[in-house]
Amino acid sequence: MSFASSDSATRQSAGNAITPEDIIASENKAPEDVATYAMYLGDDALILAQRLGYWISRAPEMEEDVALANIAQDQLGHARFLLSYAGSAWGKTEDELAYFRDTHEFYSCRLVEQENGDFGQTIARQLIFATYQYELFSRLVDSKDETLAAVAAKALKEVMYHLDHAAQWTLRLGDGTEESHRRMQEGLYYMWPYVDELFADDDLLRDLADRGIAVLPSTLRESFDQRIQPIIEQATLEIPDVAGAFGGDRSGRFSEHRGHILGEMQVLARQFPGATW
Amino acid sequence: MSQHNVDASWPLYEVFVRSSRGLSHVHAGSLHAPDATMALRNARDLYTRRNEGTSVWVVPSDAISSSDPDSKGGFFESSQGKAFRHATYYTKSEGVKHL
Repeated sequence: MSFASSDSATRQSAGNAITPEDIIASENKAPEDVATYAMYLGDDALILAQRLGYWISRAPEMEEDVALANIAQDQLGHARFLLSYAGSAWGKTEDELAYFRDTHEFYSCRLVEQENGDFGQTIARQLIFATYQYELFSRLVDSKDETLAAVAAKALKEVMYHLDHAAQWTLRLGDGTEESHRRMQEGLYYMWPYVDELFADDDLLRDLADRGIAVLPSTLRESFDQRIQPIIEQATLEIPDVAGAFGGDRSGRFSEHRGHILGEMQVLARQFPGATW
Repeated sequence: MSQHNVDASWPLYEVFVRSSRGLSHVHAGSLHAPDATMALRNARDLYTRRNEGTSVWVVPSDAISSSDPDSKGGFFESSQGKAFRHATYYTKSEGVKHL
């Protein structure tokens, strides 16, 4: 593929970052427990990408359409890396895992499944999730699993920007007009009950963390709070004092939204198996 | 213009991207943003998403003074035919070394 464009004012190039195709081509086969962990992380990214894609053509300004679409593409990229790697455990492709698992077979957290709501609500979800992912990938780069470490290194650079984007908007909406402040605060209230689940451990995570492969989510909570609190306070907003939503782990409980999201995402692949578009 | 349009319209910024060290920033296009900080981020999203840049400038469009397209004759074309402004017009004087 050529990226050269003689009439462009600036020079384009593909760069030389790791790609999902590198993962697919590599001989590294994920053990089943590592593959399940990769699905935890990959499903979060996939569902968030699907949610954010909704904003294309619907954001407050065209520039913001592109900003959210870029972030969605980054998340979809994370999902491709992680699901490709997960699939290597069972001889499945990323598409088979994305399009042909049923609702109860996904591991996504409920935060990313929550509705976009208005722009403030989406930014609240972005702020929480980007802060969590920033702390997660900052540590996952040291994973003893080489593939996970490489994916984390790639993803970390992207997530740094997602966090910056969300923080900038949180400041502007929170410390903006009365109406923007109200909506941003309501967005935080809407999303905050789903924060605890991000930091819930389970047996699989404990075992993988003991072996230096996974990051134990509960160990991220303190730095998450330290990073997100000053942003929310500077934006003249409050950290919601709300109870966590019931059932905070990835053991199979999921939000009522997941089925709708997957229905929309999977319908084409399931009606026309093997279709490309 | 309706009230909605007044509220919804962000100021315009011009974007300049430098593709690599040693080169100048080149005008890449323009965008809308609520302020300069967000303009830089929008510029990153719109104009460097294919790995085009190592540095980005944004400038409020109304801060740029530009030449008048109608005065092209007096402004630019009048410099044509003035070969004496080019180094190649001059012949080397005798005895000057290293030229």
